[in-house]
Amino acid sequence: MSTETVTSLRATGARPPRRARGTGGRATAVRAAGAATRAGAALSWVVIGVGGLAMLVPFLWMLGVAFRTSPDLYADPARLWPVHWTLHGVRAVVDQLPFGQLILNTFVFAGGATLLLLLFDSMTAFALSRLRFRGQNAVFVLILATLMVPFQVTVVPVFLTLFHLGWLNSYQGLIIPRATSALGIFLLRQAFLSLPRELDDASRIDGAGNLTLYWRIILPNAKPALASLFIIQFAALWNDFLWPLVVTNDVHMQTLPAALTLFSSQSGVDHAALMAGAAISLAPLAIAFIALQRYFVQGVANSGIK
Amino acid sequence: MTTNRIPTAQPARRRSARRFNSAYLFIAPSLVLIAVFIAEPIVQSGWMSLHDWMVGESSHRFVGFANYTRLFHDSRFWNALRVTVVYTLVVSVGQVVLGLAIASRLRRTTWYSTLLRTAYFFPFIASLVVVGIIWKFLLDPQVGLVDAWLAAVGVSPPAWLQSTALALPTVMAVGIWKNVGFTMIVLLASMQQVPRDLYEAAALDGAGAWRQFRNVTLPALRPALLFTTVIATVNGLQLFDLVFSMTSGGPIFHTESVVMYLYQKGFVEFQMGYASAIAWVLFVIILGISAVQLRVLRYRDVD
Repeated sequence: MSTETVTSLRATGARPPRRARGTGGRATAVRAAGAATRAGAALSWVVIGVGGLAMLVPFLWMLGVAFRTSPDLYADPARLWPVHWTLHGVRAVVDQLPFGQLILNTFVFAGGATLLLLLFDSMTAFALSRLRFRGQNAVFVLILATLMVPFQVTVVPVFLTLFHLGWLNSYQGLIIPRATSALGIFLLRQAFLSLPRELDDASRIDGAGNLTLYWRIILPNAKPALASLFIIQFAALWNDFLWPLVVTNDVHMQTLPAALTLFSSQSGVDHAALMAGAAISLAPLAIAFIALQRYFVQGVANSGIK
Repeated sequence: MTTNRIPTAQPARRRSARRFNSAYLFIAPSLVLIAVFIAEPIVQSGWMSLHDWMVGESSHRFVGFANYTRLFHDSRFWNALRVTVVYTLVVSVGQVVLGLAIASRLRRTTWYSTLLRTAYFFPFIASLVVVGIIWKFLLDPQVGLVDAWLAAVGVSPPAWLQSTALALPTVMAVGIWKNVGFTMIVLLASMQQVPRDLYEAAALDGAGAWRQFRNVTLPALRPALLFTTVIATVNGLQLFDLVFSMTSGGPIFHTESVVMYLYQKGFVEFQMGYASAIAWVLFVIILGISAVQLRVLRYRDVD
């Protein structure tokens, strides 16, 4: 607890002394205290700035190693950047792994599952928030209850189910069990509930049925929530490790995280190849993050506020 | 339970209930998936944990609670549980405390605080696997930047991931490094929802910075603090990706987590019954700890 009390004290501590200064009597003491607070504030900015650098340096180093030869790296590991830039790491990872296939698999898995999930979760959220049906409460409680179930509890039976269906090492095996999520239903239900009821009444008067209301009215009005959910879900699946590891063992069906981990544990691994692979697997999310930072942050923050 | 609720619905409901309600078509895909891939597997997993269930064998012998008693006497399981609990405690407390410290420092929006927020959030979007791989080689004694920089300032670097004493603390530090930005973002969003006049009123009442933080900021942040603590705890108890990619559980099991052990038993040795028993013990621990946290932090009072 002590760290945050210190920083937050200093965070807002600069203002009160300024007001007190004019009051005369305790001015000297207050000025001394003010100077101490300012020194503390400066120090805390240094700490937080160094911390911020520590967040980025590992990724810069990853990029540097990816474009560096082994002798260059072993000669001076303290250098962040290569002396001579080389593409041999990128070439090596493409040679040693079916890299194009891995990228495609990861895209199909993350993209396919996220799109299906948006469709199915929004349909369920629509029924739960805008329609009335028998057992509505029970359905909602059931969905909330599954929020508490860790994936590891279900992974063994689901693996056996996929085995019996012959779905191991297949796109449908990767995607279908991931095509709905209790959290997605919950977040979209919240978003739909915040849309005004007048929308429904107006479209009902125009003779719209449930499908029209869902597809033409509710979904277009909930675009920000859908976009946020798409981004956090896509990122989660793109980065997912245990699930693709369990469902696939053929390297041609694997996704990037599983393939990279297995690659990194081989002996005598080529550092440039490994870091090039890591950089390429990080690139799509990093670019999306920089371009769509607002949605990323909203998606993450919203899941916390609700 | 469902039938009991019908009378409370409006009378009009009864009439329309007679013809087919298209609401069921809307919920069908999700419900089928939840039934097949979550609800049924939970039951099946409990059932399997009562059997000696090897993959490939045609029949599975019912053994009652034998898997659980075996687990109780399995020192490798207790070790994995200890590793997991220590990791969870340190990382969730570290992540929430540091996240709160960073968020309160970066609360005001200036160009440099926006830049720093982006920096702190960035590791969160990378996968645990990529993070694990990068750090494994950053800490490498031969090619790692960390050791090289420490040597440059005259510190002789320890063997981070090869030492039985340091491996787990090192993994925990990387766990905090990876996730602190998540806590920061959730807390920042929550801080920005605190009305400014609450602070002005507190200042008029003579509350200093510390009292404002204690009496205005902290109570307002309570739901967000609860959320981040529960998420960090549940994620910690499910620790897998990071240790798998950084240490593979080594040196000599010093970083082996419960889920790693489950993976080993279930998907390497194919002892599905025993793996299911591990999963159920983990499930009960997660449920228990979340329930205690929800109680202690009294979610309902705030909501």
